Amino acid sequence: MTQQTLVTTTPGQVPVRRRRPFARGGGEDRPNRAATTALVVCSVAVFLPLYATLSMAFKTTAQAVDGRVFALPSPLSIEGFVEAWRLTNFPRGFAISVFVTVVTVVGTVALSALAAYAIARNWDHKLFRWSFFYLLAAMFLPFPVLALSQVKLTGMVGLANPVGVALLHIMFQLSFSVLLFTAFIRSLPEELEESARLDGASTWGVFRRVVFPMMAPMSATVAIFAFLASWNDFMMPSLITADSTLQTLPVLQSVFQSQFSSNYNVAFASYLMAMAPAILVYLFTQRWVMAGVTQGAIK
Amino acid sequence: MATTAAAPPGTSRAAAAPRRDRRPTVNRTYYLFLVPALVLFTLAITLPAVMGITLSFTDSVGFGEFSFTGLTNYVALASDPAILGSYGFTIGFALVTVLVVNVVAFLLAVLLTSRIRAKVALRAVFVLPMVISGIVIAYVFNFLFSNSLPQLGQALGLGPLEQSLLADPDLAWTTIVVVTAWQAIPSALLIYIAGILSIPGEVYEAAAMDGASAARRLRSITLPLVAGYVLINLVIGFKNFLNAYDIIVGLTNGGPGTATRSVAMTIFSGFTGGDYAYQMANATIFFLIAVVLAVLQLRLTRGKAAV
Repeated sequence: MTQQTLVTTTPGQVPVRRRRPFARGGGEDRPNRAATTALVVCSVAVFLPLYATLSMAFKTTAQAVDGRVFALPSPLSIEGFVEAWRLTNFPRGFAISVFVTVVTVVGTVALSALAAYAIARNWDHKLFRWSFFYLLAAMFLPFPVLALSQVKLTGMVGLANPVGVALLHIMFQLSFSVLLFTAFIRSLPEELEESARLDGASTWGVFRRVVFPMMAPMSATVAIFAFLASWNDFMMPSLITADSTLQTLPVLQSVFQSQFSSNYNVAFASYLMAMAPAILVYLFTQRWVMAGVTQGAIK
Repeated sequence: MATTAAAPPGTSRAAAAPRRDRRPTVNRTYYLFLVPALVLFTLAITLPAVMGITLSFTDSVGFGEFSFTGLTNYVALASDPAILGSYGFTIGFALVTVLVVNVVAFLLAVLLTSRIRAKVALRAVFVLPMVISGIVIAYVFNFLFSNSLPQLGQALGLGPLEQSLLADPDLAWTTIVVVTAWQAIPSALLIYIAGILSIPGEVYEAAAMDGASAARRLRSITLPLVAGYVLINLVIGFKNFLNAYDIIVGLTNGGPGTATRSVAMTIFSGFTGGDYAYQMANATIFFLIAVVLAVLQLRLTRGKAAV
């Protein structure tokens, strides 16, 4: 069956889903106008909350409470952003979010690529084979199950901070990433590595100069998922990080639920600033995001 | 480079196993590659898991002395209305959400793989919710549910919608379903798209030639041929929805009262409520449910990969 090869990336190729040149409906060649219209109508459900966020964020405080949520902002005001910037101490929250996310992405790709390579190339050794299933076992362990002891342990070893959050983010990405990398490495030809080795390259040299470059498309997928999981997470930082001045952007948004609750323009400006980076990254990396979901589920 | 074409492209174990037997010793560097992941994983995942399961058999309050109390915590869990309530809510919520998500995602996938205009752009739009933080979008929806929807309800005179759904103990859960579905449909959708694209186009052409209507083709070809993907989506979705937390915090924070308190929320109450070991037992039960679902998921996905 070719089911899984359809969505599997091959070395050096960007994971693009194969598009079918012929009509699914069989025969008719013109675009299906009804289907297009239906989809455009449905897309309103996606855009509605995003439009509300955008329009509220640019209103004045007076206009934001006039009850007409979907009315366009007039005049266009950035007072919400200015206030949100100050209230959430945006530069600090942003810096901490970026720190946690970068450590998570780099750590996830490095740890899981190395482990997956060792596992895939030594599959006939028990230790490596068992390690694979051991690491995979974290799929059985959602964070709520471990939270109570992890909070205790991170507190005991001085990791009740963004470093601890990043470390745990890496650990919860590990199973999925090792799974993807291992499958990918198995599809790589070993001959290249062998010839590099004959030329005198060490195992590390082979990994760094031959294998890792070939894994680039899969590294991109793994990195994007690590980015999204880490940037958007609320549960882990809110429980792990003890000092509230070291919180990431999603956690900081809770300030608008209690105080300042009538300054809707400020709250929405803040929400917009928290979600914008992920949306921007998505716009540039859609293909990998889309390919990654399918690979993760079908492998 | 030319020789690389001869390598088997398969990803299955069988394809990877042979011809490595002539390399009996493992290069030491490989251990160095593997050990960091294993050590960190053991400290960050395995140790807390073992610790949590052990403490679930004690009367620990999270610090200081404790003694083993056997199954006391588990027995108490079974008759605690707060615990049973949270499991009832969480499982019911997960079931409804998984149905909503899969019906919508499947229909969208059928439309998105049909011959439409602006296919790439439309696909990108429907995947977008996946990349937005759950807590942040829940805050946005919170505002819409408590302001805009009641406005609409009053304007149209729609009885229960005239008040905020978030304040209605019987209906607050529907808001959580809506927002969770909004965010979870993209990944289910992408899996369905992959499933539908894996069906050979010839099958449809033959059916069309035989005069099968579009509805008939959907029912007799698409649905049965993506049945495996439906199963995967149901299990993955259900498993994820059981962990519901972020979106609930952003919408109802478990309320009104405890009407929408999920299992994750009751477990986290162990931090403050003094019933640390008790909530560890709760987490252990939750873990066992997750194991059953994960085994199910692995069976389904492995079964597919082995075909």
